[in-house]
Amino acid sequence: MIALQNINKTFRVAKRQAGFGNAVKALFSREYEMVHALNDVSFTIRDGEMVGYIGPNGAGKSTTIKIMCGVLNPDNGVCTIDGRIPWKERVAHVREIGVVFGQRSQLWWDVPVIDSFELIRDIYKVDEKLYKQNLDELSALLDLSEILKTPARSLSLGQRMRCEIAASLLHSPKTLFLDEPTIGLDAVSKIAVRQFIKKLNAERGTTVILTTHDMQDIEALTERILLIGKGRILLDGSLAELKKRSSERKTLVVEYSGSMPTMCEGMTLAESREGRLIVALDPAVLPVSDAITKLAAQTELLDVSVSDITAEEMVAALYREYRI
Amino acid sequence: MRLYLKYFSIHLKSQMQYKVSFFLTALGQFLVSFTALLGVYFMMSRFNEVAGFTLQEVLLCYGTILLAFSIAECFGRGFDVFPQMIGNGEFDRALVRPRPIVFQVLSSKMEFTRIGRVLQAVFVFCYAIPASGIVWTGDKILTLALMIICGSIVFFALFLVYAAFSFFTLEGLEFMNVLTNGGREFGRYPFSVYGDGVLKFLTYIVPLALFQYYPLLYLLGRETGIAYMLSPLMGLLFLIPAYAFWRFGLSRYKSTGS
Amino acid sequence: MSKYLAILRIRFSNSLQYRAAAIAGMVTQFAWGFMEILAFSAFYKVNPDAFPMGFSQTVSYIWMQQAFLALFMMWFFENEIFASIANGSIAYELARPIDLYNRWFCQSAANRLARAALRCMPILIVAFIVPEPFRMSLPPNIGQFLLFLLSAALSLGVVVSFSMLIYISTFYTLSPVGVRFIAAALSDFLAGATIPLPFFPEQLRTIAQWLPFASMQNMPLRVYSGNITGSDAVRGILLQIAWLVILVIIGKLLMKSALKKVIVQGG
Repeated sequence: MIALQNINKTFRVAKRQAGFGNAVKALFSREYEMVHALNDVSFTIRDGEMVGYIGPNGAGKSTTIKIMCGVLNPDNGVCTIDGRIPWKERVAHVREIGVVFGQRSQLWWDVPVIDSFELIRDIYKVDEKLYKQNLDELSALLDLSEILKTPARSLSLGQRMRCEIAASLLHSPKTLFLDEPTIGLDAVSKIAVRQFIKKLNAERGTTVILTTHDMQDIEALTERILLIGKGRILLDGSLAELKKRSSERKTLVVEYSGSMPTMCEGMTLAESREGRLIVALDPAVLPVSDAITKLAAQTELLDVSVSDITAEEMVAALYREYRI
Repeated sequence: MRLYLKYFSIHLKSQMQYKVSFFLTALGQFLVSFTALLGVYFMMSRFNEVAGFTLQEVLLCYGTILLAFSIAECFGRGFDVFPQMIGNGEFDRALVRPRPIVFQVLSSKMEFTRIGRVLQAVFVFCYAIPASGIVWTGDKILTLALMIICGSIVFFALFLVYAAFSFFTLEGLEFMNVLTNGGREFGRYPFSVYGDGVLKFLTYIVPLALFQYYPLLYLLGRETGIAYMLSPLMGLLFLIPAYAFWRFGLSRYKSTGS
Repeated sequence: MSKYLAILRIRFSNSLQYRAAAIAGMVTQFAWGFMEILAFSAFYKVNPDAFPMGFSQTVSYIWMQQAFLALFMMWFFENEIFASIANGSIAYELARPIDLYNRWFCQSAANRLARAALRCMPILIVAFIVPEPFRMSLPPNIGQFLLFLLSAALSLGVVVSFSMLIYISTFYTLSPVGVRFIAAALSDFLAGATIPLPFFPEQLRTIAQWLPFASMQNMPLRVYSGNITGSDAVRGILLQIAWLVILVIIGKLLMKSALKKVIVQGG
């Protein structure tokens, strides 16, 4: 169980202005500003939950993750994970968690992956039997057996990410933190990683906390979403609930030939390419059928498709709504 | 310890992937300090002595400092690259692993190319130990061993201080070079050469002279007090403030994250 | 020309941002110079007659060396250049409408100038106010000072054109680190970075003074301190010019064939 209560965190950052004159000025005096990275953040995550933690860059996602991992202390507030305060009982705490930083590797660049795994086994003092069992299971699920003897430097990005994830799970952690695990992966690898995480959560009951910019990750994986912006938790709810909030909105994809139709009330142009429009529609203002009629009156329609708003658009709408 | 050996073998394996590069770098290391040695040799053969020390005696100093520094650098290289570790976020990885932090930093990097310098120090000793005219009784051998071992530890502590500074600034670290690389470069002559002020500083503040100048006097039979023989041990006290400073820096890192 | 000025301006702005680095660098160089002088003064006490330069000449030599370290020391390499060769981003450089040799030459020279300009003043000021015998002295006359400026500019050119050869060698070797170490160690030693050339034994000095390395820091520092004057100075400067021309020609030729290799092999 993870519980954060009224966590605050402020950083002091030096202002840096462009220009030669300002660079000279900064030699002698430097201005600082206080940034509230986290502002009264509270939430609880039960064992075995799978939570997507989203928000724009700089919203405070990684600060929160760092606090939960014990890398950073908050200014004030309480954070307990399985009854422990992460930054006070670091060693005991980190034994129970696994962390994947999507952009940084924990594998040794020049030696076979299996050597890195064995080193991690020794770092965590994993019992030989448990290690063997975990290794077999992980290699089967993540399809690693072919690549264990390869040095990390010759792996593809997708292969490497699968190894990274396996490396973080060799010690059977209760909680897994994933920081952008699918960044830069090709479609096949993304799906493989998602399926694995889902399975891990279902079969081992591992608590998973996932930060990502990829809304398909969220859609595929998480029941619950935490939205953070400017250091505050703005929303905490299920994906379905969120979708319902904006479910009135529809997306219209229109293909046409002839002049470009103009938008009328209730329609917002989301994207426009030659002969193709994507329009966000609010059916409360303008029913779908009316909208199509209006468009058809202005140009020759070749094809129209109507769909619910995608997760991506929903999040973008949320960001707009909260001005973050 | 077993884990450290594991790290050791994995580092060795990694570096042996690039054998040509490894040997050329080691050769480079050898040459860099070889030019320093040449400098000493040219100066000493022109003047015959400095501050009352002959070439052979100076070379004992040179060998001690170089060997102590190279050993410390070989194993304490993790501290040397620590600023990068903080810069690229690798240090956060260390914080989420259940092992002592200092241990993880040390094992994150080992630099075997420094063998070039170690070899040179060994060559210098091969010449200076017999040529110095010292009668190598048990106590003298012990003194020399203490000089080298304690010297490595003091340099090691200096690297720790260097790493601790990088919790505060990543740009301003260059000044530590005066003490680390400077200690090595200037330690090729007995520290008394630089006058009283410098000698005092290197005795009481940063105890480089405690494993170099004072025990050298004992080796050469100019002082017979046991304090001179054991002075390298006193230098080890430097580890205490160095480690305290590291702890202080670490706690600051954990509250600023940068 | 304006594009080269732009490179220079960017380098200056860049290095100005690192205030702490600049201060730390100055403290280091000052302490370093002070220790060097103390060592030389210990030798001076042993036997002033064996001293091949005037003591105050030596003091000036060392202070100037520390103040303009970035200008003359071979080991200030541009890691950017090594990296661009190693990781293949050199392909982008080739796509730009600017001669690569000139660009790198200019970039290295600009970086060295920017670093030195930022750091030299405080060191020089302190060096001029510390008590005798550690105080730095002015050149004997204005003519000598002008010779120094000329020689310093040429010296920078020789240093950069030599380091260009090392960059270019990266195209051919597997171990830039090793080559870098070895080249820097040898050239700095023969240029008088460890001890000034007059302190070398007779035979080695006779050879060394004709090598390109003597055209590096050795010349301007000794001209400034008044150790080389009159026709000796003129001869030295002519030698500097000769080496500069030779090194640039060799560098350009090597660069041409290296780039041909890159293009043929596709990097």
